[in-house]
Amino acid sequence: MSVSTTNLPPQFEIVDRPLDTQMTISMGPQHPSTHGVLRLELVLDGEMIVKCTPDIGYLHTGMEKLFEYKKYQQGIVITDRMDYLNPLGNNLGYVMAVEKLLGLEIPERAQVIRVLMCELQRIASHLVWLGTHALDIGAMTVFFYCFREREKILNLIEAASGGRLTPSYFRIGGLMMDLPAGFERRVKQFTDDFPGAVKEFHTLLSGNTIFRSRTQGVGQISAEDAIDWGLTGPCLRGSGVDLDLRRANPYTGYEKYDFEIPVEHDGDVWARYLVRMREMAESLKIVKQAASRLLPGPVKADAPKVVLPDREAMKTHMDALIHHFLIVAEGFNVPAGEVYHAIEGSKGELGVYVKSDGGPKPSRVHVRGPSFVNLSALPHMVEGEMVADVVAVIGSIDIVLGEIDR
Amino acid sequence: MSAVVAVGGEVLTKFMAEENKSAQTDVQTDATGKPTEGAATLGTDRQEPGSQETSSNAINLSALMLVELRGHQPAWVGEIIEAFGEVTVIVPRELIVEACRFLKSESGLEFNLLSDICGADRGTEEEPRFEVNYHLFSTSKHHRLRLKVLLNEDDPHLPTVTGVWRTANWHERETFDHFGVIFDGHPDLRRILLPDDWQGHSLRKDFPLRGYEPYSLT
Repeated sequence: MSVSTTNLPPQFEIVDRPLDTQMTISMGPQHPSTHGVLRLELVLDGEMIVKCTPDIGYLHTGMEKLFEYKKYQQGIVITDRMDYLNPLGNNLGYVMAVEKLLGLEIPERAQVIRVLMCELQRIASHLVWLGTHALDIGAMTVFFYCFREREKILNLIEAASGGRLTPSYFRIGGLMMDLPAGFERRVKQFTDDFPGAVKEFHTLLSGNTIFRSRTQGVGQISAEDAIDWGLTGPCLRGSGVDLDLRRANPYTGYEKYDFEIPVEHDGDVWARYLVRMREMAESLKIVKQAASRLLPGPVKADAPKVVLPDREAMKTHMDALIHHFLIVAEGFNVPAGEVYHAIEGSKGELGVYVKSDGGPKPSRVHVRGPSFVNLSALPHMVEGEMVADVVAVIGSIDIVLGEIDR
Repeated sequence: MSAVVAVGGEVLTKFMAEENKSAQTDVQTDATGKPTEGAATLGTDRQEPGSQETSSNAINLSALMLVELRGHQPAWVGEIIEAFGEVTVIVPRELIVEACRFLKSESGLEFNLLSDICGADRGTEEEPRFEVNYHLFSTSKHHRLRLKVLLNEDDPHLPTVTGVWRTANWHERETFDHFGVIFDGHPDLRRILLPDDWQGHSLRKDFPLRGYEPYSLT
């Protein structure tokens, strides 16, 4: 079999090919650097990738089917398990879509807390990306530094919601409950410490010659191709497209916050690295602003037929007790219609499509996972590269298989 | 965005004036809009948007689009639905590629990013039974639009849009996997999430939650 080398960069033009054969290898689903259960079918010519075919679905658990059998409020816990590194972002996308159908007004304090928690979660998600990305390329130390910082964020999330990985903190109409006492102090402690940690990450990686040579010029994708492949989030911004849904289609009051959108123009692994590193600092800015705007107020919308009453009211008021019973036993009816609500998740555009037929259970819920779409561009990025670069490129896309397979 | 708002407000008043003239034709049309089969009639004799109660936050988007589409009179504009601040255009299936090409390239619309394609099953009794939703987004204008194609159960075919956006590839495979909708001309229409030997299409309403029988890998 002869290999077509017409579309390959000149350095890969192989003139003399004694064996003249290709080799197909299966990378994954147990390979440690495929971040879960991704399998890649690689056709290799020597060390060069001729063709890459991702094979997904090993983690498929039928979540979209399950939504149709659960009441709207029960769907929130399913979203936690999609992108398990960004569960609060998933909660937000889902509850906002349902709130759009219901036409609910969310109180100011709840919105500020949503922003605060989502940005903490974004930093935590980026820390896992950074740690595993560096680990894949061979820099093991970074992983420990990242998980040390992530632990602090998970402790904050746990303090607020009771869950570390599956918080389900945002509810339809507001929040599960208000922040615990002393939370602002703990957030302040974190925001004071974190810039030092980011500096450490930069010392470990940004000046590292090996890391640079493994990432610069690898897995390039141009802005036109990135849009054509539907890339969003840091992957798109790494290719020079200034698009962030927090700015483009603001939600939960993001338009009131002052932050920058990091954009890099090279479109390679290094550019995506820089975008995420700078994004962590920007998220920290938003966390600080949100923490300073935490004014006392309700955290649940005034919609007794949708939002569960306070325990205290339930024990003393008959109507609160009835509402509680009805919401738990029967759920609430959502007006018929369909919405698609997109938010900026930590990995890109997280879109949630909810179609209601007027009953207490959705007729269809579809989640546009950014990892799913971003991964589909992987063959475009790695074909023509060396086999070792696949690991670097997968790391730079920042995939979570829970969201891809759903 | 402020420019868009201004344009949108101006054209909306014009649009409202036209609306009154054509109000009588509205009454005759069916609100549910039985599409696909009568593609030609839908194209030439379009229905007016279902509701004139435009919510305030949706004006800048939808009015601009309605006028853009109206001005060009493309044959593919079926029914236009506006609800919850989102605009849906029902497109006959044979014209979906033409519609996507137009929306992608037309200046002022520039829907260059295909956010999502998702199928839906309206229920086993419904006819047309399946719908395929295309969620379009513009990276320069930051607006969104939903295209909807309705398909009958006995003929769930529609052309692929992979020629317009390459990202449609996996979305269409996923829709095929879950609903059994066939995208004609797709380069690689295989199952994507479920195993290749899976029987049935799992997100159809008549597919039981726990499957027909326990699945075994052996």
